[in-house]
Amino acid sequence: MKFLCVECDQQMAFTERALPGDGTLAATFKCPKCGRVVAMLANPMETQLVSSLGVEIGGRTVPAEAFETVGANVVTGGPAWSADAQERLRRVPSFVRGMVKKIYADYAKERGIREITPAIMDTARAELGLEGM
Amino acid sequence: MRTYHQLTDPDRSGLAAQIGAQRRRVAERLAGVGRILAVMSGKGGVGKSYVTAHLGRALARGGKAVGVVDADLNGPTIPALLQASGTTPPAVGLDGVKCISMGLLLADGAPLAFKGPSAESFVWRGAMEAAALREFLGDVEWGTLDVLLLDLPPGMQRYLELCDLLGAPPAVLTVTIPTPESRDAVRRAMRAAVDRGSELLGIVENMVGGELQGSAAADLSREFGTPVLARIPWHPTPDTWNQLATRL
Repeated sequence: MKFLCVECDQQMAFTERALPGDGTLAATFKCPKCGRVVAMLANPMETQLVSSLGVEIGGRTVPAEAFETVGANVVTGGPAWSADAQERLRRVPSFVRGMVKKIYADYAKERGIREITPAIMDTARAELGLEGM
Repeated sequence: MRTYHQLTDPDRSGLAAQIGAQRRRVAERLAGVGRILAVMSGKGGVGKSYVTAHLGRALARGGKAVGVVDADLNGPTIPALLQASGTTPPAVGLDGVKCISMGLLLADGAPLAFKGPSAESFVWRGAMEAAALREFLGDVEWGTLDVLLLDLPPGMQRYLELCDLLGAPPAVLTVTIPTPESRDAVRRAMRAAVDRGSELLGIVENMVGGELQGSAAADLSREFGTPVLARIPWHPTPDTWNQLATRL
């Protein structure tokens, strides 16, 4: 995707990408000649389509992580996770996070636990031998 | 007004280059795989996953290093069939067969769902499933494998995605049941595979010897000039699978 400042007949330069958190995407482009800035605003469906391709508007600044798309987009189901537990799960390396999450979720489901907390994770880790997870 | 191609400065997003990098990642990961086989059928419920799992186990018993990609993202059954477990992909199952599956990530009984707007989700859901398949192929540290089996869901969509991701059409093992209805559905899939340039390795006829009547495998074998590699009865023995493994 390229943007042209029609008045200057100049290709505009990408300047910034923003994800406001409402499912939309904003990207700004600036004309190097006149300084005019325009914003491309993508609706949630368009944003999701880009995300599903595993690419980033404006280019990648860091290499893709393993299971990046799956980890960020798949709803794994199962019990709820407390904020503290979610934070702890985020510290698990991305390439194993999905499988580790399922193990905790299955552990909770088998015991009728509705919300996974750090305490539940500690108990499960000890019972299941998941040291370091 | 100038057109896209007349603007000579590079596209900062470099989406084509990003896609290219994804493809290279898959190719590099699979460089250590001796042979990639897609197990497919145009028909649901013929036992593709069952055949895949038992074929993988038979190959492993014969000394091969075997991996399985469960490409049936919406109905994953490979982890259960292989009794696979572990915390780091790939999981390891019976006879040492490695696997990756959406079933290893979803809570038991949970359907495959994606975050994102629910309205018009058909627009992006297919792309998201293709991305998941790409990560299964490119992000799992398989190590050196003699054989990687790809267990495809019914229909041809995932096969076509695989052709794109792999850069070349995979060799295909076709599974059918004896009935004429299955034959007609599988024929379409085999025709699509031939049209894309896949090598047809042969046909496995599953669920033979019961109430399902017909000659699907023989008919398809004649039509496509590819052998019937096995007729699997309702209660196969390990030797049934071992024989299939030796014919591949």
